[in-house]
Amino acid sequence: MRRVYMDANATTPLLPEVMEAMRPYWMEHFGNASSIHQQGQRARTAVDQAREILAEFFNCHASEVVFTSGGTEGDNTALFGLLHPGDHLITTSIEHSAVLAAADRLAHDGIATTRIDPLPNGLIDPMEILRAIRPETRLISVMLANNETGVVQPVEEIGRIAADTGCFFHIDAVQGAGKIAIDVNKIGCHILSISGHKMYAPKGIGAMYVRKGTPLDPLMVGGSHERKRRAGTENVPAIVALGKAAELAMHGLETGAMHRLAGLRDRLERGILEQVSGTGVNGFGAPRAANTSNIWFNQLEGEALVIALDLKGIAVSGGSACHSGATEPSHVLMAMGLDKNRARASLRFSLLKTANEADIDYALEVIPAAVGRLRELAPEMAETAG
Amino acid sequence: MATVTTTEFTIPTGNRNTGTIAVAMSGGVDSSTVAAMLRAEGADVIGLTLQLWDQNRLAGMPGTPDAPKAGRCCSLDDVYDARRVAETLDIPYYVVNQQERFEQDVVRPFVNDYLAGRTPIPCSLCNNHLKFDQLLRTARQIGAERIATGHYARNEYDPARGRWILKRPADLAKDQTWFLFGLTQEQLAHTLFPLGHLLKPAVRQIARSSNLTLADKPDSQEICFIPGGNYKQFIANYLQEQGKSVPESTGELVTISGAPLGHHEGIHNFTIGQRKGLGVTSPNPLYVLNIDSASRKVTVGPESELNRPSLICHRANWITIASLDGPMRVQARIRHSQSPAPASIEPTITPDGAEGVLVTFDEPQRAVTPGHSAVFYDGDEVVGGAWII
Repeated sequence: MRRVYMDANATTPLLPEVMEAMRPYWMEHFGNASSIHQQGQRARTAVDQAREILAEFFNCHASEVVFTSGGTEGDNTALFGLLHPGDHLITTSIEHSAVLAAADRLAHDGIATTRIDPLPNGLIDPMEILRAIRPETRLISVMLANNETGVVQPVEEIGRIAADTGCFFHIDAVQGAGKIAIDVNKIGCHILSISGHKMYAPKGIGAMYVRKGTPLDPLMVGGSHERKRRAGTENVPAIVALGKAAELAMHGLETGAMHRLAGLRDRLERGILEQVSGTGVNGFGAPRAANTSNIWFNQLEGEALVIALDLKGIAVSGGSACHSGATEPSHVLMAMGLDKNRARASLRFSLLKTANEADIDYALEVIPAAVGRLRELAPEMAETAG
Repeated sequence: MATVTTTEFTIPTGNRNTGTIAVAMSGGVDSSTVAAMLRAEGADVIGLTLQLWDQNRLAGMPGTPDAPKAGRCCSLDDVYDARRVAETLDIPYYVVNQQERFEQDVVRPFVNDYLAGRTPIPCSLCNNHLKFDQLLRTARQIGAERIATGHYARNEYDPARGRWILKRPADLAKDQTWFLFGLTQEQLAHTLFPLGHLLKPAVRQIARSSNLTLADKPDSQEICFIPGGNYKQFIANYLQEQGKSVPESTGELVTISGAPLGHHEGIHNFTIGQRKGLGVTSPNPLYVLNIDSASRKVTVGPESELNRPSLICHRANWITIASLDGPMRVQARIRHSQSPAPASIEPTITPDGAEGVLVTFDEPQRAVTPGHSAVFYDGDEVVGGAWII
């Protein structure tokens, strides 16, 4: 059976160039980057080169790049490393749980959090952030692009608010990286975290931009790796891979890869909306990452549609997986004001940058039929509201 | 596939190895073996597990373990076990979230029944509302023709009567038909019970020979959402979580003649036939004979008074017959652990003026329990059943 993967926001495969770049660093150039000898120096060189690519990717100095194990570590480090009892955090209700759960834990240490709700189109109003600022507000943490809707937040405006009010500013750029050009100077953030496996590098690697002078306590302590900002032997092959992936991402952004992807995404979206009644786009009208479309379907259960499509070869997602693997309605869509049933009946289509017209053709062939079968067998359901 | 068309729906009557089959996998030996058997027969199999209750939900509240115990339905361990079986068999596997429906259709009625002085059977409600309704619907929506479960029961189509028949299994010690009386013709037509002709030891043997690591996993006995089995504590914890308290339902313990024996702490603490925990001492053993939710009086007396010659039940479901139009001889069973007893059934009107069934036993039966079901048999066949009022 043909398999079409439309869940790039969950994870991506390695690009062949990325695989090739990291390959020698498993067995041949296996050295510890902290070692004095030739093997160590070879590894150190590879890490330094990757760091310089990431510096270009962020538009920062190489010394401001810290390699991590991924997006969760970056987000956790920003919150745990900057906030102390008595501080106040402003974030949004549509953040990834790597931020929201960290904020929950900080609440036990006497760190209050204000969660700003988005507008119905998924955008955060910067004025809401300004209004939430208190004298003790130390950190503002906002994502660049939302993982579920793809909606791109006005981070530059929020960055100006942070600068004007003297707050630190963290960006969770896990879903934005590779899809939107990042310039930490334009954004005006102090910390920005990315994850390798959302941008065609392996799982288990990530990076942070940490502005020089930011008093960020490390999450991991031990050796003096990463200028004492993140202890632990460097994951050299994965760092090399992330460097290569960042290089390819920059090249793609310069040569219109996202423009092409947006065209495919728009065709998929239009096709579904035209061929399937009772549908709509969550986050419509807001600027969105080029690969993401989140669509609600009336009169069906999203979980069943995800399964039905998987059995027809199309991999998509709906809601967020709870501990057992069952689906919970998306907190992002609920925060945008969708009722539970509509949130449950919303699916996320997120295209790989290697997607092609044939993938869209196949999806548009399978989806209307699958929805039809579901609706035919569905009990009478109330209209959903959004 | 051969089909018989009725006015309402099309009943497939063909053999089971056509079309995709979704196996309801609980993570236990029985349903895992069903998946293995169907896979070995070459069927196109999908594994589905219903996520019904979050075992962490009331964790840490009084009388509840801090962490869910292993071997409980819906625990993460069971989902893990089901997933491992699916991986071993190399079949697609999905967990379907039905927590809201389970709470609405099983947990709340369970709590409300006890608070009203009845003794509910959550497994029957779960079968009617979740396993054979929602799960079957989901299975058909995703492209399966039928579901298969690990219940010990048999079903077959009888062309002479034009009906699907539910029958007791080969292993009568494991007979689960008492919990399945609510199945509709359409549900029976789309369900397979592959264990119906097997004895439990044979099932474990098949599990072992299929290399299922859980072949020797113990059977679960308790109500799946009440780890530890303390239902009174569960009711208190659940109501507290909902921001409510157990309604004031204290009252009097009285004898058959109405003489007060003492006070009780709430009618939900009692079930018909209960002997322990009555809070009164007596030279002869006392049993709960009646629970009157209006007056909150709990009547106790000697065991001999527990026997009843007849009962009325309502909300009947019929399987071998389309409806009960007159008196009929059956064997009736009013609890899972009991053998069917000879009885006559006939249509009646309940005290509320609704359609009901009057069951008259040849020999009086012990502890007729409102909230339980009366299931009627004709030999191996399940004629139907209804809820005791």
